[in-house]
Amino acid sequence: MSLHELSLRELGDGLRAKKFSSRELTGHYLGRIGQHDKALNSYITVTADRALAQADAADKVLAAGAGGALTGIPLAQKDIFCTSGVKTSCGSKMLDKFIAPYDATIVQKLDAAGMVMLGKANMDEFAMGSSNETSYYGPVKNPWDLERVPGGSSGGSVAAVAAGLAPIATATDTGGSIRQPAALTNLTGIKPTYGRVSRYGMIAFASSLDQAGVVARSAEDAAVVLQAMSGFDPRDSTSVERPVDDYSSGLGASLKGLRIGLPKEYFAEGLDPGARACIEAAIKVFEGLGASVREVSLPSSPLSVPTYYVVAPAEASSNLARFDGVRYGHRAEGVHTLEELYKRSRGEGFGAEVQRRIMVGTYVLSHGYYDAYYLKAQKVRRLIYDDFRRAFGEVDLILGPTAQSVAFKLGDKTDDPVAMYLNDIYTIAANLAGIPAMSLPCGFHQDLPIGMQLMGNFFDEGRMLNAAHQYQQATDFHRRRPKAFA
Amino acid sequence: MSLSPEQVKQVAHLARLSLPPEKVEPYARQLSNILDMVSQLSSASTDDVQPMAHPLEMVQRLRPDAVSEENRREAFQAIAPAVEDGVYLVPRVIE
Repeated sequence: MSLHELSLRELGDGLRAKKFSSRELTGHYLGRIGQHDKALNSYITVTADRALAQADAADKVLAAGAGGALTGIPLAQKDIFCTSGVKTSCGSKMLDKFIAPYDATIVQKLDAAGMVMLGKANMDEFAMGSSNETSYYGPVKNPWDLERVPGGSSGGSVAAVAAGLAPIATATDTGGSIRQPAALTNLTGIKPTYGRVSRYGMIAFASSLDQAGVVARSAEDAAVVLQAMSGFDPRDSTSVERPVDDYSSGLGASLKGLRIGLPKEYFAEGLDPGARACIEAAIKVFEGLGASVREVSLPSSPLSVPTYYVVAPAEASSNLARFDGVRYGHRAEGVHTLEELYKRSRGEGFGAEVQRRIMVGTYVLSHGYYDAYYLKAQKVRRLIYDDFRRAFGEVDLILGPTAQSVAFKLGDKTDDPVAMYLNDIYTIAANLAGIPAMSLPCGFHQDLPIGMQLMGNFFDEGRMLNAAHQYQQATDFHRRRPKAFA
Repeated sequence: MSLSPEQVKQVAHLARLSLPPEKVEPYARQLSNILDMVSQLSSASTDDVQPMAHPLEMVQRLRPDAVSEENRREAFQAIAPAVEDGVYLVPRVIE
């Protein structure tokens, strides 16, 4: 097997057994990026020199018989995470020349774990998008079909991992930006509980919804990196002071007695029959593994998308007010007043989707509309949260589709923002409630991957990852790779 | 709910975004579509429902009132578009 086909555990074993060095492994991945990324556009910045220096440092640690499970293993970082001394663009012209002056907490943590950063992954501008077509650096292509989108906003992260241009990647999820692209590219992606992973140094989109996680080739790979990223951080005011479970050691438990709920609203009209068939087959696999399945109801879930498109733009309009053309980021030339400086810098620096969301947010927060939109959305958010509270009184995990269908074609939805927003119909509720959720491969339709979603109760990542792992022991969908990138 | 081009211009002003004239009409149409979709919210009965601003029932954590960050003025100003003698430059505000 080639190096890019090995799991993180196999890579770690190989490094410790001196079958290959981190420099060789890193070089292999950099070579593949050079060979394949023109077709995919999954990286905004490749940090080859930095990666090889990190690899050499990891090799020294390994030679001394030290280091942990991740020492010397490469990864891609979504370009939303600040990386000291390295361009951090967030997919935007606004930050095209922004060299971050500090590291995000998760970057520090993964560096400290000995991981090697290959580069910064492409993404929708400020993580606003479901197809990776809003990036200032151009769209990312889906490795399974280059005419199709990889999903978004973590489109670069998933394309890189699916095509074997990184063994694993970080990602973020505000309304589905880890799970939907993972589903569209045959990957396992997990968004943990809100507050589990530090948001320090992760460029803010909607602060009450944003959460970092990973996209990986298996639940086992995801567990080990999520473990290293998670934990309390005093620099994030909403970080939760609570020990992190040992996700990897929990991956052996039987699913006997596991209660899985199927929300009837998620299997209603709108779900593609091809996707439905895959998910129904997956439910049978879980039953075969000893889980019991019952229907549950999340009656307010049809209102998730409208709720989100008030709350998220409102928070975004406030967060993105910091981009003023003065302290960092794009600054317009030839302006004569301060107001003109703000307006032109922001008009030139932000793309159309970001501008739309800033304007929607500004509108719903403005005098006279606040109660009808923002306050109303916050109340419906409570109803959505209460639905999950009730459901998790009856079941341990909730299972449903991640996306309505397979990846769509580039350009299909770019002219219709509302059609684009409906891509996240199954994923948004978990962000509004704050619960952990993940997507994992469960079959193919028209030779394109289908993902299923698991949602868990607060801080139940371990149970969810084990359910996914047990499913992946019984199936091989997650092992399939796009042929063009063998 | 539909937004007129005049309302879009006003919102863009509030958000400090310059819009080229040819973009006002397409934005008005798109933002109206978004607000139409959002208007489904009015179908929900929310009497006596407490608004939820945040998924965690937590209060803001406090820390001792002591300096915890080092002064990195030079590093932060090094990435600013225009600085001089340690201050950020902006167009003249007071004539």
